[in-house]
Amino acid sequence: MEFNISQSVRREDVPDKIAGIAKYIGDYKFKDMLYARTLRSTEARAIIKNIVFPKLPDGYCIVDKGDVPGRNRVKIIDYDMPFFADGVVNYIGEPIALVVGKDKRVIESILSQIRVEYQRIEPILSVEDGLNAEKPIFGDNNCFSDYTISKGDMVSAKRRAKFVYEGEYETGYQEQFYLEPQGMIGVYEEGKVSIYGSIQCPYYVKNAVEECLGFEPYRVRIVQTTTGGGFGGKEDYPSLIGGQVACAALKTKKPVCLIFERNEDIEVTTKRHPSKIRLKSYIDENYRVLGMEGDIVLDAGAYSGLSSVVLQRAMFASAGVYNIENLVVRGRAVATNKVVSGAFRGFGAPQAFFAIEMHMEHIARELGIDPFEFKLSNILRQGDRSTTGGLYRDRILLPEMVNRVIKMSSLEEKKKAFKEKRKIGKLNGIGLSMFFHGGGFTGSGERDHIKGRVRLVKDDKGYVEILVSNVEMGQGAGTTLRKIAAKTLEVPLSKIIFNNPDTDRVPDSGPTVASRTTVIVGKLVQEASEKLKERWSEDRVEVEVQYKYPEGFYWDNDRFEGDAYTSYSWGVNAVEVEVDPTTCEVKINGVWAVFDIGSAIDERIVKGQIDGGIVQGLGYASIEVMEDRSGKIMQRKSTDYTIPTSMDVPEIKSELMCEPYGGGPFGAKALGELTLVGAAPAYALAIEDALGVKINKIPVRPEHLMEVVQNGK
Amino acid sequence: MKINLKINNINRDIDVEPGEVLYDVLRRCGFTSIKKACGTSSCGVCTVLLDGMPVPSCSYLAVKADGHNITTIEGIKEEADRIGKFMVEEGAVQCGFCSPGFLLTVIAMEREIENPDSQGIKNYLAGNLCRCSGYEGQLRAVKKYMGVSE
Repeated sequence: MEFNISQSVRREDVPDKIAGIAKYIGDYKFKDMLYARTLRSTEARAIIKNIVFPKLPDGYCIVDKGDVPGRNRVKIIDYDMPFFADGVVNYIGEPIALVVGKDKRVIESILSQIRVEYQRIEPILSVEDGLNAEKPIFGDNNCFSDYTISKGDMVSAKRRAKFVYEGEYETGYQEQFYLEPQGMIGVYEEGKVSIYGSIQCPYYVKNAVEECLGFEPYRVRIVQTTTGGGFGGKEDYPSLIGGQVACAALKTKKPVCLIFERNEDIEVTTKRHPSKIRLKSYIDENYRVLGMEGDIVLDAGAYSGLSSVVLQRAMFASAGVYNIENLVVRGRAVATNKVVSGAFRGFGAPQAFFAIEMHMEHIARELGIDPFEFKLSNILRQGDRSTTGGLYRDRILLPEMVNRVIKMSSLEEKKKAFKEKRKIGKLNGIGLSMFFHGGGFTGSGERDHIKGRVRLVKDDKGYVEILVSNVEMGQGAGTTLRKIAAKTLEVPLSKIIFNNPDTDRVPDSGPTVASRTTVIVGKLVQEASEKLKERWSEDRVEVEVQYKYPEGFYWDNDRFEGDAYTSYSWGVNAVEVEVDPTTCEVKINGVWAVFDIGSAIDERIVKGQIDGGIVQGLGYASIEVMEDRSGKIMQRKSTDYTIPTSMDVPEIKSELMCEPYGGGPFGAKALGELTLVGAAPAYALAIEDALGVKINKIPVRPEHLMEVVQNGK
Repeated sequence: MKINLKINNINRDIDVEPGEVLYDVLRRCGFTSIKKACGTSSCGVCTVLLDGMPVPSCSYLAVKADGHNITTIEGIKEEADRIGKFMVEEGAVQCGFCSPGFLLTVIAMEREIENPDSQGIKNYLAGNLCRCSGYEGQLRAVKKYMGVSE
């Protein structure tokens, strides 16, 4: 079957979604199913002295730490937060117990009658307090991770430098706000627990539930249900609630359904790490950045979760797209008594790229030179080394991409026109960002931890089923993987089957994270298809392949040296804004983007990722404000935490300019996360252009802008 | 208490609690196309049509709907297919959780506004949140469906 891999096809999952018959977790009904609601900590840090429960009606029960037959710690990277609080609580919203029963209203009534007696401990509510904690939440220094990367010779760079510039950059929380809230159902039958749920990583949940119950692997089965968005939010958190419903099902011997309300979901589930990033650059008389010192501090919240890897990704991206040969960057993930920070599309990179893109612009302005010329003269080229000393092996198209975006957006003409407009009080501006995203797990993760396996099964009628643990959560993975198999096997797409994964049927091909599904798993699907093709004449064939670390790459995980990623995707964004001179409200008038993703497996799916990612990035930069006070999230409802609406976005004009990657399927590289990374700095730079001020913090809020404008800083 | 709802043109007598919202009642009756994402009538996901007008069923008291016509996606398959075709073509659907509510709102707009322009469409659909598509695919689809050029 000959077809161009990039040409868009109809997505198989869409008709059922439009017709309202796709089954999400809330649409599942099991016989005698019970419901659960969570009793949560109202204290940021306390010892639980006592819990007084009301007399429970027949058929209702409490499930808590005493009902965890295995280890009461969620296996994420380390054995981490407890499934149910064990004597202490470390953040507001931490789960203590489930109330389980038939009628949701009775459950609510029971919940409202439970009295928890706390002995308060002084909470750590900021990273500053966390770095000087007398009573640490974690370890001795209260950091879940404290890393340093370095390369080159900083002493010499400092000596040779003519200019030094230092800046501090700050980013806030961001809530994933997948439209389908978190939800899972646990079922116990004949000695085996099955968990159904809205998830990104079936095997993460499986591993966590096995440890929670102390069950052998064959006694735990995870089934992904149609998932209404994830964006990272359903990477780690489902392991926690998966264990909880497993314990509840085991105790009641009935199916137990736990689905969050939105307000609860916003308040207690993981979010993007707030960051504070200090960068100090050493520049010579030719405006080359000789060296950089960086200090990255992430607010990790009460438990470590995925913070160590988020931090690594932020550190490795700290120099952005610039070739800085001498570098020392320290990164710390600080424990605080707040909601746990976790995975969100970009995974540390949005924070780092905001910082470096603003930093480079500010250096140029400080030195009185043209920012574009300055940035382009320091830009990475093929053969340069990354922050960890890894080699950029492939051609880097950034200069061409920048030129294309400048042309698409008429950037130069606009800059001139806006200068004139400003004279009559019209505040328009345009900003441009450059960024990359490394495909797949950071460092040796794919080689040492995931070791992904992919299986294809062909039946006697010539249908081929793709068996992987990666999920379709809206991003189009099902269609993308099917296309790769069909194209490789040269059979019609209709012959390739992709079902939602069920761990009883699929091997562990790893989680649906890190933009790895196309570039890593897709490549394995391609390799398996090639093997299957050789045996096509057999009636029923099963082939399995496993990830092999590509030759010539190198990673030392103790020293953080070598190739942090085996492929890089690149992006350039321009954003045009108009600032209201009275209210400082910002309107986005245009967005232009060019991406290098190796090749598009399906242009329409790619466009969907680009549009969605950019708008999430613009939300992050502008209206998605989330703050905490005394450890409590202040924006706990969808009326307080607002995401962009159709009114907030202009048409997004995007193009691809691709350098195919030899290690990806049909040349494809990572896509999903890349699209979010560059929007925030482009937006902030556009506002800087409009107002002539310096912006060091996102989200950029009108009230802050007003202060900056009035105070001149 | 008992109320009468004409759901997708079929009359039904339904027992409801005084505080029960339309969303729960309709889901209980098997209309599971309706999804809920916020519970505070701010996202549009739970939209149903009440006498042709879009309402957020998560915050609409069932007793208030007594005697009225309710339309869900199950009741307008043909129209949904017609618009759906454009949504497929433009990549407007990703996770799909907002799709039924979005479609119903488009149908209401089509009935309510004659010849909307591009901005009019954006304004009408501003109450329907989508986190996947950045609205681009949705707006392209609706504009093509309604024959609106830029």
